[in-house]
Amino acid sequence: MKYIDLMQLNPFQRFWFKLSTALKAFPGKVKNFFVVIGKFLANFFIGIGKAVAGYVTRFIKGDWATKLSYIIMGAGNVAKGQVVKGLLFFVIQLAYIAYIVFFGWGYLKKFPTLGDVEQGMQINPATGGYELMAGDNSMLILLYGVLTIVLTAIFLALYFASTKSAYTLQQKVAAGEKPVTFVEEIKDLFDKKFHITLLAFPTLTISAFTILPLIFMILIAFTNYNKAHLAPGKLFTWVGFDTFSEIFAMTEGASKGATFVELTKWTLIWAVFATVLNYLFGMILALMINKKGIKLKALWRTLFVITVAVPQFVTLLLMNQMLQEDGAVNVLLMGLGIIDKGILFLNSTPLVARITVIVINCWIGIPYTILITSGILMNIPADLYESATIDGAGPVRSFFSITLPYMLFVTTPYLITNFIGNVNNFNVIYLLTNGGPSTENLYQAGYTDLLVTWLFKLTMNSQDYNLAAAVGILVFIVCATLSLVTFNLTKSAKSEEEFS
Amino acid sequence: MIKSYKLRRTFSNILVYTVLLVLGLIWISPLVYLVLHSFRDEGLSTVSYLIPKTYSFKNYIELFTDTATLNFPRWFMNTFVVAIFSCIISTLAVLMVSYSFSRLRFKARKPLINIGMILGMFPGFMTMIAIYYLLKAMGLTQTLVALVICYSAGAGLGYQISKGFFDTIPRALDEAATIDGATRNQIFWKIILPMSKPIVVYTVLTSFIGPWTDFILAKIIMGDMRDNYTVAIGLQTMVSLEFKATYFKRFLAGSVIVAVPISILFLFMQRYYVEGVTAGGVKG
Repeated sequence: MKYIDLMQLNPFQRFWFKLSTALKAFPGKVKNFFVVIGKFLANFFIGIGKAVAGYVTRFIKGDWATKLSYIIMGAGNVAKGQVVKGLLFFVIQLAYIAYIVFFGWGYLKKFPTLGDVEQGMQINPATGGYELMAGDNSMLILLYGVLTIVLTAIFLALYFASTKSAYTLQQKVAAGEKPVTFVEEIKDLFDKKFHITLLAFPTLTISAFTILPLIFMILIAFTNYNKAHLAPGKLFTWVGFDTFSEIFAMTEGASKGATFVELTKWTLIWAVFATVLNYLFGMILALMINKKGIKLKALWRTLFVITVAVPQFVTLLLMNQMLQEDGAVNVLLMGLGIIDKGILFLNSTPLVARITVIVINCWIGIPYTILITSGILMNIPADLYESATIDGAGPVRSFFSITLPYMLFVTTPYLITNFIGNVNNFNVIYLLTNGGPSTENLYQAGYTDLLVTWLFKLTMNSQDYNLAAAVGILVFIVCATLSLVTFNLTKSAKSEEEFS
Repeated sequence: MIKSYKLRRTFSNILVYTVLLVLGLIWISPLVYLVLHSFRDEGLSTVSYLIPKTYSFKNYIELFTDTATLNFPRWFMNTFVVAIFSCIISTLAVLMVSYSFSRLRFKARKPLINIGMILGMFPGFMTMIAIYYLLKAMGLTQTLVALVICYSAGAGLGYQISKGFFDTIPRALDEAATIDGATRNQIFWKIILPMSKPIVVYTVLTSFIGPWTDFILAKIIMGDMRDNYTVAIGLQTMVSLEFKATYFKRFLAGSVIVAVPISILFLFMQRYYVEGVTAGGVKG
């Protein structure tokens, strides 16, 4: 169908056409998804196969020095004149072996069980007395076990690189070329291989303080590390998917499963309201400020934007204080004679507290939308509005028929990121209500707790580390799926222009 | 039905002015409350009226002189030192990562970008327990060094905004410089960085502001070590049940002291902020 044909259809037909094309495309998309995964896996294994094959052929074709560097890293490089590089390889190998022998192996060998000697009162063979003997610390075994595995992976990559480097060097020498000197390689690090120099430091810190902890926490979700199994006093061990089945188990009362369902519902309600309300009202306000004939635009803008500028924890703590029973809001309402007794905004009934946090979040979020959308709103062609006015459309009609569709088209990705941000909106809930009003019906959570604040409470208050890690993984899955869908949607939106 | 176009426009303008005025008042009033009551002289904690009766600098003076239990000047210095160090490290990290991802082409580029994207999707403090134990193993918990590490270690992941900026610099510049014999190192320092002053300033400011506004990490790392608190957790301590009765007004004063410079910095760089957000999250 040509674009012009589509435009001639009435809205229902157009909608039907779009829906049917989307539905028709769906099986193809699912198929594509699996094809992509399949290709990825195939490439992965082919890559491994090729690497192993290369590893073996290089050993067969290599001379004695290359062969030696399969056992002693860097031997090939030293033999052919790259002394410093070869020695560096060798030092790395020595360091790794020392690490494994003196530190890593002790933890790695206990990694499958996470320790079997429990701390307890035993007879100390040295003194003969009855003493508290240190047992295995499952937590440290897990942590250092992961560290050892990561270091081993890095070491294997380096080992592989060293054998390859030895072989390429051998070929170069055979072809009569001069081996690259160490100084030249250093120079290369500032030119052709500059990315290695630049990325080395950030990669190191990110690996140590983001990736390593992340792997550790993901693994924690598959153990029974909770307050009944606290290291170092008690041992904990692998339990597979038990924690997850605990979350999805539907039992009566304040169970973890029921809490998870309740909080997921509230998190979604919260995220939808927080995103949509902020977006709509922020845009309307931005339109008002930028309306033709309104003076002092900069003043109005600054009035709203200044609340974005003040650090969030200050405004949130302030709001928390103002909403207390004797706080400023109640004082104001009583002064105006609207109420005669202070309202407990944040910790009386769930509904009041939930509405309050959504309203307060509007106060915080709307200026952001004003800030972000002002520029884009200015880009909407003015003649669209003019012709709409000539056709007799009022401001409301113009907003819903011109502004909103245009903005939705342009800012969908921003909306989704915003939605994800709200799912993870820790600060607002934590500083405003701390999850309250508290209740006995939920496990370690209050009525305004989001999944992320629940995660926080589970780790900080009740030491349910495994549960917290599992919740974290679930939140990640939701957010990652949403991001991927958006990513695909924007792609499809871009190709939407190309009707055939 | 209002017939005259002019009359109709005036009417709608008046309507808009009223809405803006009312909403503007709602938006600004908590901040006015904050400033006014930080100068309030009478009363201890909260009072049952909105406009203070007497004003003085007492709260501010006490905030900086009465340091026996809650030491605000010390918290301020802590935050300042942490901010300076993490600002230097994170700015370098961000610029290095974004420059490599934007201007250099290498095999691992795409996979690394994807890994960075995925890492950004995990809830940030899911890892905090592990980080806490890592720091504990290094003997760093409850120290300022730990804070600097936490704020700057992951900084490289926030490369998107400056990458977007670097992407806009024409590649012909790099090529011309390469032909003239410049190495990539020289191109980075002598061509790209001088041209990227706005984004460097933005990166410096955001990473400087971070420690002033972060709350949760500092709290976990510092625990009850009050001497090493940053202003954020310090101020929260002031309104905790234990201290609120005597420290509420000083909390307001402290909030003003922290908020004013940061607000000014933000207003100064809001343009970059908007560009950053829209560059990543809006298709044009």
